[in-house]
Amino acid sequence: MSDQQHLDHEALTELRDVMEDEFNILINTFLQDADERLRQLSEAARAEDADSFRKVAHSFKGSCINIGAPILAECCFAAEQAGREDNLSQSGQQVAAIEEELATVSEQLRRYVRE
Amino acid sequence: MTTDAAFGNGPLRILIAEDNHSDRMILHAILTRQGHEVVMATDGMEAVEAFHREAPQMVLLDAMMPRMDGLEAAREIKAAAGEQLVPIIFLTSLSDPESLASCLEVGGDDFLSKPYNRVILRAKINAFRRMRELHQSLQNERDRTHQRNEQMLHEQEMARRVFDNIAHRGCLGAENIRYEASPMSIFNGDVLFASPKPSGGVHLFVGDFTGHGLPAAIGAVPLAEIFYGMTAKGFAISDILREMNRKMQAILPTGVFCCAAMVDLNLKSGHAEVWNGGLPSGYLLRHDGSRDELRSRHLPLGILPADRFSAACERHAMEVGEHLLLCSDGVMESVNREGEMFGEDRILEVLAGGGTPSDVFERLRGAVRSFAEGVGSEDDITILDVAMAEESLLEAVEPEVLPDTGAGPLDWEMTYELRNETLARFNPVPLLLHICMDVPGLRLFSGELYTIITELFNNALEHGVLRLPSSLKDSPAGFSRYYSERERLLGEIRHGAVSIRLEHRPDPQRRGGRLLIRVEDSGDGFSGEALSQSLAHNGLSGRGLALVRQLCNNVRLCGKGNCIEAEFVWHAGRGESRSGVSEEGNSHE
Repeated sequence: MSDQQHLDHEALTELRDVMEDEFNILINTFLQDADERLRQLSEAARAEDADSFRKVAHSFKGSCINIGAPILAECCFAAEQAGREDNLSQSGQQVAAIEEELATVSEQLRRYVRE
Repeated sequence: MTTDAAFGNGPLRILIAEDNHSDRMILHAILTRQGHEVVMATDGMEAVEAFHREAPQMVLLDAMMPRMDGLEAAREIKAAAGEQLVPIIFLTSLSDPESLASCLEVGGDDFLSKPYNRVILRAKINAFRRMRELHQSLQNERDRTHQRNEQMLHEQEMARRVFDNIAHRGCLGAENIRYEASPMSIFNGDVLFASPKPSGGVHLFVGDFTGHGLPAAIGAVPLAEIFYGMTAKGFAISDILREMNRKMQAILPTGVFCCAAMVDLNLKSGHAEVWNGGLPSGYLLRHDGSRDELRSRHLPLGILPADRFSAACERHAMEVGEHLLLCSDGVMESVNREGEMFGEDRILEVLAGGGTPSDVFERLRGAVRSFAEGVGSEDDITILDVAMAEESLLEAVEPEVLPDTGAGPLDWEMTYELRNETLARFNPVPLLLHICMDVPGLRLFSGELYTIITELFNNALEHGVLRLPSSLKDSPAGFSRYYSERERLLGEIRHGAVSIRLEHRPDPQRRGGRLLIRVEDSGDGFSGEALSQSLAHNGLSGRGLALVRQLCNNVRLCGKGNCIEAEFVWHAGRGESRSGVSEEGNSHE
């Protein structure tokens, strides 16, 4: 049940159709980039750089929407909003939430790819 | 998927600028599978570089990118594209209206929101492809129109040069003539001619064809040829007008005609013959500040068939320094910024504004120019102003000399006889002069020959055939009675003949020749004493034959006195001409 919430299977099916034999490469690329985004977010939070925090979160959100990870996109959007409002007081929790959701998405995507 | 390439006009080259690796991969996959060629960039700076390098036809641009963001990149790409339509679609997950609006402000054409959807993307690309094609065809059309316009101007320039070669001669540069005409006025349908007559004096012509452009200009060429050709051959104003009307009627399509006014300015007798067909009223400006209106009394040239056309002119006496002013309707129809027309009232205001007759031209021209300033209608204005002047003024004007072909006849003779009613209806002088002008080199003497042949013919007709006593012409009152009597007798003429014999012999060195002109009439003749009296006569009546005697080497009476023979010896090149054709020979009055 929780699978449905973490991954948009309809979107993934569409993507598989579009990407054909490059689908696996796409998922791997997303996951590698996601780790990099997460690292950049932690860095921006530590440096209290709200603008950078906002930009990374925005870009991360975009790729989450495209790949079909709606909850992760929601988490990114919350971080983006905080950055825009120049309020990084919750940034630690926000990064933690993204990290946790990414772990779930990552685990499920790997399983999806193997299927 | 390959069908996409066939749909529309084949594949496009599309630039994708997106900093997310995975998003870029998705777009790349969608577009390449739809048959397009894809160029990739990872930030704004790369996007601008790729645009210059690859010249893509469409751009998909992420709004938020490192180094240079999408907004700045869009601005630079639109600037670099110039007149080309390169649609920019913003890739966005932005949602606030202000951000979206700023994407459009920098030149974005549309948005594509995440997640990317291949159906929507294909529809958008096809829509923009159609827009590009429309834009391209509009631009091609505009370029073609521009090109055609350039070509038309070039052709007009050429046509004007051809026309100038026909019409530049003449005496528009004479001291007593001023005019205003745009260099391209022929394409507004306006024409302006002036030419000295072989008998002295000037013919002037202002014409205004209906319409604009080439159709309006095309009739000007034959008109100029008739005007200059017939004037040089000594035809009268009425003959020229009739021929112009005949020609215009024959060649111009229905609805195209030429409003015109023609003036025969006779400097010797100080009067102007004026014909006005459809042109706005001209004006004679008097020394005392009054003016005579030269109203249109006829239909324009090219409307009436020959048998209904009237070449009747109005005759006005003019003193030296009095002016005659003609203009095309471009003057009255000049429009100012408020859309008002200059109109007849403003012309009359200028005429009534005081000053001397010679000021009026400049004042009218100035008034129309400042009235129409900034509107650009000045090009349509044609004004002609001519002053009555001393006869000597025209001596400064070089007579137009048509080049000799050099192949004309040198040794010939002919006899031409007019009989009965034809005497009243036909003036043989232009025809005979035309024949003489074919002798190479003789063209330079057309003025003298015109006078000699005219005087001898009139003498034979008036005294020989009509039996008019020349003593009538001794007083000004008698002079006009003489001419009314002449008209009456001509109308009644049933029998009679005038025979003209021309004989030309070249001199042995071919440097000139001898023209014998013998005019014989069917009258009773008159005695040798009468002739010598007539030749010696200093009054008005004897003027004609005395002039012939001055111009010719030898004039003698033959037969029973009904025949005069005149011998004209000429030498090639005017500078070496006989001393007999001297200053005092011409200025006999």
